[in-house]
Amino acid sequence: MAVSILHRASGDGLAIVGALMFLWWLGAIASGPEAYAAFIACVWRDPSPEISTFHQVTNILGKVVVIGLTWAFFQHLFSGLRHLVLDTGAGYELKTNKLWSALVIIGGIAATAAIWLYIFAEALNG
Amino acid sequence: MGNGTRLGRVRGLGSAQHGSQHWLQQRLTALGNILLVTWFVVSMFRLQPTGYAEVHRWASNPTVGFALILLVISVFWHLRLGLQVLIEDYVHGEATRLLALVLLNFYAIGGAAYGIFAIVRIALAPAAGIAPGGM
Repeated sequence: MAVSILHRASGDGLAIVGALMFLWWLGAIASGPEAYAAFIACVWRDPSPEISTFHQVTNILGKVVVIGLTWAFFQHLFSGLRHLVLDTGAGYELKTNKLWSALVIIGGIAATAAIWLYIFAEALNG
Repeated sequence: MGNGTRLGRVRGLGSAQHGSQHWLQQRLTALGNILLVTWFVVSMFRLQPTGYAEVHRWASNPTVGFALILLVISVFWHLRLGLQVLIEDYVHGEATRLLALVLLNFYAIGGAAYGIFAIVRIALAPAAGIAPGGM
């Protein structure tokens, strides 16, 4: 139950928020250094000494969205792999099914935490 | 075959014969996404794309550009199929559902075209000697 609805929720999140962020990012690279700097200043970190209230909000929001998308990717990847296994007709026994569902959720959280703890630890150490 | 109720009109006709195609395409693009999006996430992790110079150098590499185009095709195809099921499950009423499906197709095809065009601009602008321009 939970894995199924998470598969849909993470997939739809990636399909709308993830795809739009990706296109925004690609368009910013294609448009040159200034556009790219503006993109980063909006969604990640504004390097100017006086950060506007708008960017203070979007900097936090951007990190929440990007970390959320990382989780949605791993959740959707792992439960997608589970679906491919179920497609072969395997894994329908109650115990096996429950175990794989739990592993999918734990795996999604663990992979996201590992990546972002590494990135933030690296940033803190300079 | 009856012609009274909506169920009566379609009873005996069988399925629309598009279900298995949808199912198969969803799986094929899922396999593509496993390879391509995993590659993309690993690349972003290694690149940590906050600086323009490194990101641009990476994205203008021909092999990377080619893989990015494949990624856009696989991802937008897959998301079109996935969001279609979402609409079919939750949007009731024939007119609103049709409108939602039309908007979905605009989003999927338009988004993919925008993405591919951006990748081509990144890859070809230095070769053509044009400075990057706004869009």
